Amino acid sequence: MHFEFKVQGGDFVRAGNASSQVKKILKQLNVDSSVIKRIVVALYEGEVNIAAHAFNGVIYVDIDTERIIIKLDDNGPGIPDINLAMQPGYSTASPIVREMGFGAGMGLPNIKDNSDDFKITSEVGKGTCLEILVNLKVNQEGV
Amino acid sequence: MKLKELVEYIGGSVVCCEECLDREVECAFASDLMSDVLTVKSDKLLLITGLANIQAVRTAEMSDLQAIVFVRNKRVSEDMIRLAQENCIVLIEYPGTMFRVSGLLYSLGVKPVY
Ligand SMILES: Nc1ncnc2c1ncn2[C@@H]1O[C@H](COP(=O)(O)OP(=O)(O)OP(=O)(O)O)[C@@H](O)[C@H]1O
Ligand SMILES: [Mg+2]
Repeated sequence: MHFEFKVQGGDFVRAGNASSQVKKILKQLNVDSSVIKRIVVALYEGEVNIAAHAFNGVIYVDIDTERIIIKLDDNGPGIPDINLAMQPGYSTASPIVREMGFGAGMGLPNIKDNSDDFKITSEVGKGTCLEILVNLKVNQEGV
Repeated sequence: MKLKELVEYIGGSVVCCEECLDREVECAFASDLMSDVLTVKSDKLLLITGLANIQAVRTAEMSDLQAIVFVRNKRVSEDMIRLAQENCIVLIEYPGTMFRVSGLLYSLGVKPVY
């Protein structure tokens, strides 16, 4: 199954819609609730990052019987130092983003923590791309 | 313990999803930063927050939270109620501070997540 969702930078009303849709789909597929939680928490953090830090983006979701692969591709300022951005507590979130309840600097490390495989690439002045893979069957986490 | 007992004890007002008040709560987490909340792995979790916006309810949706207590007299909006009802998340308004309600819940036996 393949799904695509658009995300608009700065839109904190709709941020989370894609994650919500994906959660409904995974529930219908009877995926274990602890696995669903890991997937949607990671996806939601990624979705909010596009709203908080980028101009716009597209989320591509592919689901088969074994795994879900989510790609979040945005147009935005990009991340100059990915290692630094991955550190828990590091955040450049604006005051507006903080008012919305974000900016703890916990999103990216938490996405990695919830994924079985995680890749991040970014080009300054162009955008950022995250790839999240989660195995759908329990007891199959990580390597 | 049951959410219902807990709401009565603190004297909060239930804004929506009263039909879910028989749910069990084991632990609570207090924060205004949603990404902190999203790192919590515990089940049967209650969120205490001063952040009264749609993203607080979204966070509860993604983390499978039982209920949210909004402290410092923060008002819940119609949008928040709609989203909470879709996901059966009990929203509770509370006039006091985060510290006060945390103390009350702690004394009642609600556990911290670590
Ligand atoms: N899609 C993105 N585009 C540009 N910069 C990003 C993007 N995602 C993350 N960043 C940068 O990496 C930093 C860390 O991201 P992370 O998600 O860990 O924390 P945060 O978004 O600042 O706060 P939190 O996620 O805890 O609410 C951000 O503050 C920002 O500087
Ligand atoms: Mg983030």
